Order: sequence, then structure tokens, then C-alpha cells
Amino acid sequence: MPGIHGPLMAATYPDAIMFVVSAVLVLAGAIGVIASRNPVHSALSLVMTLFGVALIFLAQQADFIAAVQVIVYAGAIVVLFLFVVMFLGVDRLENLVVEPLRFQRVLALGLVALSVVGMLLLGVGAHWAIGAHSVTAPALNQPGGDVAALGKSVFTAYLLPFEATAALLIIAIIGAVVLTRRQPAAGEEGDAVEDTQGAGGGGAPAQERSNQADADGVDPDGAAGGQGSPREAPSRSSRGAPGETDSRAAEDGEPGTVRRAGEEVLR
Amino acid sequence: MIGATGITVPALNYVAVMPEIALIAGALWIMLATAMSPRRIGSGASLFWTVAAGCVSLGFSVWQWEGVTPHGAYASFDGAVVVDGLSAFVAMTVSLTVIVAALIEEGWMRRRGQSAPEMHMLTLLSAAGAILMGAGNDLVVIFLALEIMSIGFYVLAAYDRRRLASGEAALKYLILGGFSSAVFLFGIALTYGATGSMNLAEIAKYLASNVLLHDGLLLGGMVLMLVGLAFKVAAVPFHFWAPDVYQGSPTPAAGYMAAVAKIAGFAAIIRIFVSTLQPYRADWQPAVWVVAVATLLVGGVVALVQTDIKRMLAYSSINHAGFVLLGVAAATTAGLSASLYYVLVYSFMVMGSFAVVSLVGGPADTAHSLEDYRGLYRRSPWLAWALALMLISQAGVPLTTGFIGKLEVISAAAAAHLVWLAVVAMMSAAVAAFFYLRVVMLMFSPSYGPPAGAAGAVDSGSMVAGGEGVPEPGSVAEGGEGVPGPVGVSSGGGVATASLHGEEGIVGGGGDASGYDAVAGEPAGERIPVPLSTAVALALCSGFTVFFGLFPGFLTAMVHVVTTAIPIH
Repeated sequence: MPGIHGPLMAATYPDAIMFVVSAVLVLAGAIGVIASRNPVHSALSLVMTLFGVALIFLAQQADFIAAVQVIVYAGAIVVLFLFVVMFLGVDRLENLVVEPLRFQRVLALGLVALSVVGMLLLGVGAHWAIGAHSVTAPALNQPGGDVAALGKSVFTAYLLPFEATAALLIIAIIGAVVLTRRQPAAGEEGDAVEDTQGAGGGGAPAQERSNQADADGVDPDGAAGGQGSPREAPSRSSRGAPGETDSRAAEDGEPGTVRRAGEEVLR
Repeated sequence: MIGATGITVPALNYVAVMPEIALIAGALWIMLATAMSPRRIGSGASLFWTVAAGCVSLGFSVWQWEGVTPHGAYASFDGAVVVDGLSAFVAMTVSLTVIVAALIEEGWMRRRGQSAPEMHMLTLLSAAGAILMGAGNDLVVIFLALEIMSIGFYVLAAYDRRRLASGEAALKYLILGGFSSAVFLFGIALTYGATGSMNLAEIAKYLASNVLLHDGLLLGGMVLMLVGLAFKVAAVPFHFWAPDVYQGSPTPAAGYMAAVAKIAGFAAIIRIFVSTLQPYRADWQPAVWVVAVATLLVGGVVALVQTDIKRMLAYSSINHAGFVLLGVAAATTAGLSASLYYVLVYSFMVMGSFAVVSLVGGPADTAHSLEDYRGLYRRSPWLAWALALMLISQAGVPLTTGFIGKLEVISAAAAAHLVWLAVVAMMSAAVAAFFYLRVVMLMFSPSYGPPAGAAGAVDSGSMVAGGEGVPEPGSVAEGGEGVPGPVGVSSGGGVATASLHGEEGIVGGGGDASGYDAVAGEPAGERIPVPLSTAVALALCSGFTVFFGLFPGFLTAMVHVVTTAIPIH
């Protein structure tokens, strides 16, 4: 039986070829993510990396995880990235000359080197994993492979966690509703006794509100790259309400104003 | 067996998860009622359903308790959850917390003229997560429950979206909390790699029958899990989020988070470390000692220099976490009993304190400077008495629950030959008494003139005077005209933002004599309106604190039943 034998590898040629191909895909994609100047190209390179990882999963006979990798990561997550990139504006170049934290590149190189060395040392020297050596082996001998085994465990050993996920989703939905609900106009903080639950309490600033909502975008927690929060959050002492600048910018109808606000976020 | 696939559905004993089901059903019912009702349902209705769900959950957990005490623990859902004394205790405590928190939230929302079924829904769902965390017998279940609880907290922290500080608090909590959850999950993965199971019973069985020759993986997993849980209970050095989050969050939510996160977090710590990783006690115990000492010291000392009451209560909650950790660090039956007792009475003390703070803070929820408490007794004597009771109980004055909690924890630590830890705890308690009593002094001092009595007692007048300068960032420049009134609404916005920089505020506003004049100018006789529901919650908290302070026998017997079932060698 021809094959490659070494301290870390005992594989047949098809396995080795598959590994090399997927490794090349992963690495090329990863380099593409950080090397391309256009964020859309970066996102597309990330898809290549994730496909390569899915191939590696397939080689390990983890069919289900490979499928999930493609559907969830390559499909949903990258689309989300692209959405945010488009939302912030693709035609702007990130300013790579000005370094906000000077030491961080050196620090990153050092940490990467340290973790790579650590992983190699642990991989070669340590024999720590001494529990169940292979949890997939029984599954592979059954009809349906790991997909059937996973499905079975979801309805047996992990029935309760599976159900508990429903509660997690419910609370996430309620949270999203709470955070994105329209709020009383900025500025009337405190004395605003109108009910926030009522759909738009009427009044004069209705137009301004809708503008604000548009400009704020995914404002509530700012994590998704809303233009309002991340820029304003650091300026704690600013007493202006969130979204004030943005609503003004949107009213002016100058795309340049909004764009400048976004640039700050990128940098 | 179903068909050819050979799925054997595990035995489902729904009693094991009835408290969680009751709370989630309550939240879903409120959601449906809000959406389906032709008219907008009043806030009273959502309060009613929240309290009802809490009571049903409390009933089910008492039922669990009644089943456990004579017959012993049992697992359900293929070992995913366990019903034992600890889980029933957590369920009862969290259910009570939900009821009190709902009352406080209702009062807070009503004073703002809002109704908020969502706040009640989030409270119910995150409480379900907390109860599941206490019952989880599988690391996956504990992680999921932790996430259910935490996501509810993140949103609760962001609830007051009109205030910038609230969003900032939520963002900080979300990012740091997500990070700590990932650390916890990584710990779970390493533990799984080392033991081959994520079920705590299986892990315990494996460790009891095998000796790991190379246990590095398990040690790494233990450390990471401890870090993740220590973050949730705000133990030093993983506490940095707590002051900012408590300060920025809506006040009732802050009290609720402080109580529930500690109950669930310590339940998980006890279940994972004391109960399951018992053979590795010699490895994790020193880590808990170090964390406990750091938590006691940092929480006590840093609270001294706070000028914002919510920040002060945040550091005091860190200090309390140190006391609870002290009992865990002792890892004896007495120590665990003391910890559970402490966490139970603490949740009532902290929610009562935050209930008063939510009222004094005004409708804008921003008047939280310590100066806003000067002369509170003149304005609202009952509120002042209630807060004074909560604070002296937290300080550990005899005849309150807080005293017995501290006494039991310290004596358990001393009995476990951790004398130096007990000494640190006593010093920390003495330091903590100072900042609690300072607030009490402020409340009962007259609301005009330089506080002769308070300054003398406090012995560092500059600290008190420093509080004068804080309320308004522009007050120094503008000649101190803008110190906000007790319910200062428009100028109140400055309080939260300025006191985020509380430390600078001391320097900037130190000894500004004009501050006294401004305080004298405030309307001294203005009573703070107390909504009925908050009054009920305060009465519950005060009654609990006094009654069980005088008659602690019932609670100590209960926690003793819980901890004797935990195998400790």
C-alpha cells in the first residue's frame, strides 16, 4: 500500500492530494483576505478559505460539519460581511498609512509566532487527549454516517440543549425588537413621557425620525457597523443624543457627510 | 425504539424543567397577548403575568424541593439536567428574584410614563436561563443556559436607549461577555478532550476511576472554565465590566443582573468545580483563593472612592462576590452552605438597594451622584430608612441577614484552616462598612449647609466635597450654577456621562465651596413619588432582610440540606 509515512502523517496518496489541495485553498484565501485592497475581494477570498476548510472536514469524514461550514459560513456569514461592506460603502479605500496603534503589528507578529510554536510543540510533544480517542468512529460504521449519528443525539442525549436553543432564539428575537424599535426623538430625553411602544407618537419631528432611522441603520448595539453608535460611543462626555449628527447629515442630503462619518468607523 | 433508526427516546421527566417552562411560557404569553390584543395591554397586565409566572415557577421549584429532600437527586433528559437540592434552591431563589425585579421594573417604567412588556419578557427568559444553569448537569446545557441568561442581560442593559450610557454599557457587556463565553466554551472543549464527555456525571465517573497521567488538557480546561464563570459573577480580575455596566444600565435591570448572575454563576461554579472536579481540588482551590482575596480587596477599596451610587454598588457587589467565593474556596460543607446563604440574602439586599436608587434617580434615571442622597431623609423618610436598612445589612450589621452571611462565610473559612483568608475578609468587611455608612450618613444629614456631622465622621472631607463637583461637567466653569436637583431631568443627563469619569471628577471638583450653596438651593421638601409596585418590592426585600436576620434558622437549615448532598471528601 503506497503512502506517506512520517511522525505526524500516515496517509494514502488520495488523502495527501486532497489535503494539499485544500491547504493551498485555505492559505491562498487567507492571504487574499488580508492582501486585497478591496474589501469585497477580501470577503470573496474568505469564501475560498472556508471552502478549503470544508474540504478538510470532508477528508476527515465529517460530512455534516462540512455541509454546515459551506452553508453557514460561506453562505450566511460572508453575505453578512458583504452586506456591511456595501452598507458602509465599497468605493472607499482604507487608510493603511496612519497606524492608530503603532505597536500592534509587531505585537501581532510576535503573538502569531508564539502561538504557532506553542501549537507545534504541543502537537508533537504532548499526549494530553486521553479521554475517548475517537468519538466519530462508531458513527462511521452506521448507516447514514455522522449525519444520522448527530441527528440521533439531537433527539436523545442532547434533546434538552436542542430545545433550550429555542429559548435562546426567542430571547434574541425579543432583544432585536427591543433594540431596533423606534424611540422618541432625540433631545426630549427625560421629559418624554410618551409611550415608546405606540408606533410613532405623531408630532412634528416625524420626518426627522424616519431620517434618523435610515441613517442609523443597525444602530442599536452598533456591533453590526451602524454609523451612529461606534463613532459616538467613545465620546462619553458628549451630551448630544445618539444619531443627532447622522440625522442632520441625512437631512442635508449630502452623501459626502455620511461618507465621512463612515470613514471614521473604518479607520 | 422507533422504527429502524433505533432512536431510544430518553426518559423525560418534565418536573425537572417545570420552573423553566413556567417562566418561558409566561414570556411567550405576554408576547402573544401584546401582539394579539386589540387594545394595547396595560403595563399592569404584563406585571401581573410576570409575577404569576414567577409564582408558578416558585411553586414548581418548591415541589422539586419537596421531592428531593426525602428521595434524593435524580437526573432527567438523559442526564442533561439534574434535580437536586442545589437546582431546587437556585430555582426558588431566582423565582423570588423575578417577582421582586418585575415589581421594581414596573415602578420604574411607570414613573417614566411607559409600559414595557418587553422588559418583563426579557426578565422572565433570562431567569429561565439562570434556573437551567443551576440545574444543568451537562457542560453544553450549562453553556446554553449561560448564553440565554447573558443575552437577556445584554438587552436589558441597552433598554434605556435614550441614554447614551445605556448603549455604551450594553456594548461593553456584549463584547466582554461574548469573549468570556468563548473562553468558557474553550474550557469545555478542553475538558471534553481530556475526559471524553461533557456530562458532569460522566466526567466525575471517569475521574473517579482513572488517573490522568498527563492532565495538562484538563488543567487548561479548568482554568478557562473558571475564568468564564468568574467573569459572570464579576470576580477580580475579571470585573472590569461591572461598574460601567451597572452604572449605564437601567437601574432595576442592574439590580436584577447583579442578583441573578451571581446566583446562577455560583451555582455553576459549585456544580462544576466542587462537585464534579472534586479529585482536582488541590489544583483549582488555590486559584479560587487568589481570586477571592483579590475580589475582596479590590471590591472593598475601590468602592471607597466612588462618587456615583450605582458604581459604588457595583464595586460593593464585587466585594460580595469575594465573600461568596470565600465559602467556595473553603470547599467544605459549611463553606458551601455559607456561600449559598450569602448569595440568597445578597440578592434581596442588592435588589432592595437598586429599587431605592431607581426611585431617587428620577424619571430620567440619571441622578445617581452620592450628593443626590444628601438629606434624602428630609425628602422621603421611608425611602431613606429602606435604603439604610439595605446598606447596613450589606455592611454586615447584626440583626440583619447580611451579618449572618458574613459571619458564616468567615467562620467556615477559618474552620477550613484558611485563617489568613478570613482575616482579609474581615478587613474587607470593615472597609466596606465605611462606604455603606457614608451613604447612610449623607441621607440622614440635613440637606443644607456644609455637612458637619458627615464630614467629621467621614474624616476625609475632600472626598465628600469631591462629590459636589461631579454632577455637572460645566459646574466648575460656570460657577457651580448647574448642580441638578434630585429629580433634575434636563441637566441630569450630565450626571451619568460625567460620573463615568468619576475618578477625574474628584480631582476636578475638589473642595468647591459653591457646591454647598447650590445644594442649599434645591427644593428641600420635594418628595419622591413611590409607585405602589416598587413599595411592595421594597417591603418584600426589607421584610426578608429583617425577618431572616432575626430568625435565620429556616434558611440555614435549607442551605445545609442542599450542601450535605454534595459529595465532599
